[in-house]
Amino acid sequence: MSANLAASLAAKNESALISASNLTCIREERLLFDQLTIEINAGDIVQVEGPNGSGKTSLLRILAGLSQPYEGDIFYKNQLITQTREEFHQNLLYLGHLSGVKGEMTAQENLNFNLTLHGLHMNASEIEKTLAEVNLTGFEDSLASHLSAGQHRRISLARLYKSTADIWILDEPFTAIDKQGVYSLEQLFKAHIKQGGCVILTTHQDLLTFSPSQIKKITLDYLIE
Amino acid sequence: MSIANLSYHAVFYLVLKRDLTIAMRHKDDIINPLLFFVIVVTLFPLGIGPESQILSRIAPGIIWVAALLSTLLSLDRLFKSDHSDGSLEQMLLSPQPVFILVLAKIVAHWLITGLPLILIAPLLAVLLHLNEQSYGALILTLLLGTPVLSLLGAIGVALTVGIKKGGVLLSLLVLPLYIPVLIFATSAIDTAALGLPYSGQIAIIAALFFGSLTLSPFAVGAALKVSTN
Repeated sequence: MSANLAASLAAKNESALISASNLTCIREERLLFDQLTIEINAGDIVQVEGPNGSGKTSLLRILAGLSQPYEGDIFYKNQLITQTREEFHQNLLYLGHLSGVKGEMTAQENLNFNLTLHGLHMNASEIEKTLAEVNLTGFEDSLASHLSAGQHRRISLARLYKSTADIWILDEPFTAIDKQGVYSLEQLFKAHIKQGGCVILTTHQDLLTFSPSQIKKITLDYLIE
Repeated sequence: MSIANLSYHAVFYLVLKRDLTIAMRHKDDIINPLLFFVIVVTLFPLGIGPESQILSRIAPGIIWVAALLSTLLSLDRLFKSDHSDGSLEQMLLSPQPVFILVLAKIVAHWLITGLPLILIAPLLAVLLHLNEQSYGALILTLLLGTPVLSLLGAIGVALTVGIKKGGVLLSLLVLPLYIPVLIFATSAIDTAALGLPYSGQIAIIAALFFGSLTLSPFAVGAALKVSTN
C-alpha cells in the first residue's frame, strides 16, 4: 500500500496520537499479525494481549520504530514516524525487555545519563528524589551491577516519573516489580493518561486499579485461529 | 528540571564521558588489548633471533600488524555490551542524531585502545631496533592510522552486533578494509628509514582518516538500525 493512501486513511481521525495502518509482521517465516490497523488517542491505555510468541514485543518494537514491519506504516499525529523522527522520539518513551542499565555505572549516573540523553536536565537532588520515588533511596551511589533485577528495572522505570513524552510504550513493565511497586506504577499511568498521554503496554498481570472498560485491548491470536 | 535541546557538542561529550567512565571501571578493556599488543611484538625477537638488521627491517610490519590485531580484539566491546543490556536501543530512540552518538562512542574507543598503543609503540620500536629516522613516521602513521581502524571497525561491529557468534565474521569483514592503512603506514616508515620524504603516504593515510571520519558514523548508524531490527 502506498504511503499516501495510508496517510489519507489515517487522517480520518485527526486526534490519533499514534496510529498504524495495515501492519503485517513476519518473523522467522511465521506470520505474526496481518493487516493490523491501530489507532491510539490521547488518554488511552492499551494492553496488548496474546500468548507467548504471538508478537506482542514485535508489535511494540514496530510502533516504537525500532523494527521495520513487513508491510504498513506508523504515524505520529498523522505524520509518518520516519519523517518526524526527532519530534517522535522526543515524545516517545519506550522501555523494552532489557533495562538499558549499565552495570558499571551507579544508579544515579544511569538515570542521569538516560534523562540527559532524552533532553531532560536535572541536578543531583532532583535525581535523588526521582530515585526515592522508585524506592531506591540509599542505593544512589551503588554500582548497578551490585543491584538486583528488580532494582535495575526500577532504575529504568524511574524515567517515567520525569518523562515529558506523550507516548509510553512499555514491554512487560511489571517484571520483577513487587506489589507496592506495581500499584504506584498504575497510579502513574492514571496520571499520565489524564494529562493527555497514552500508555501501550504488554503484561500478563491484570491491571488491578483500572476498570476493564478503561483498558483498550489489542489481542494478537493470529497463530491460534 | 528543564527541557532543552542539547547541542551536538553536549551530546557528544555526554556519551564520550559515559563510555570513558565505564572503561575506567572495567579496566580489562584498556589493559587487555594493550597487553596483547606488547606480547605479540615481543614474541618476534624471541622467535626470529636478536639480529638487529632483520628486526629493524621487519619492525614496521610487526608493529602495525600487532596494532591491527589488537584493535580487532577490542572492537567487540564497542557496541556488544550496549546491545545486550538494551542501552543501545535507548540511544537509537533518543531524539539525538545517531551519527553524533556513534562518533562519540568511536572516539571513546580510540582513546581507550588506540591512544595507549601510540604511547607504548616507541618503547617496542626500541626492542625491534627500528631505524632511528623512522620514529617520527611511526608515531605519525599510528596517530592518523589507528583512528581509521576504530572508524572502519565500528562499521563491522555494527553489522555483526546482533549475531551471537560474530567474531570470525567480524574479522573477515574488517581486516580487508584495514589493508590500505597497513600498506601505506609500513611503506611510510620504510621510506623514512631510507631518509626519503614520506609525505605522500602520510597524505593518503590522512585522506583515509578524513574520509572514514566523515562517512563511517553514518554507515554505522544505518548498520545499527539493521542490527536492532
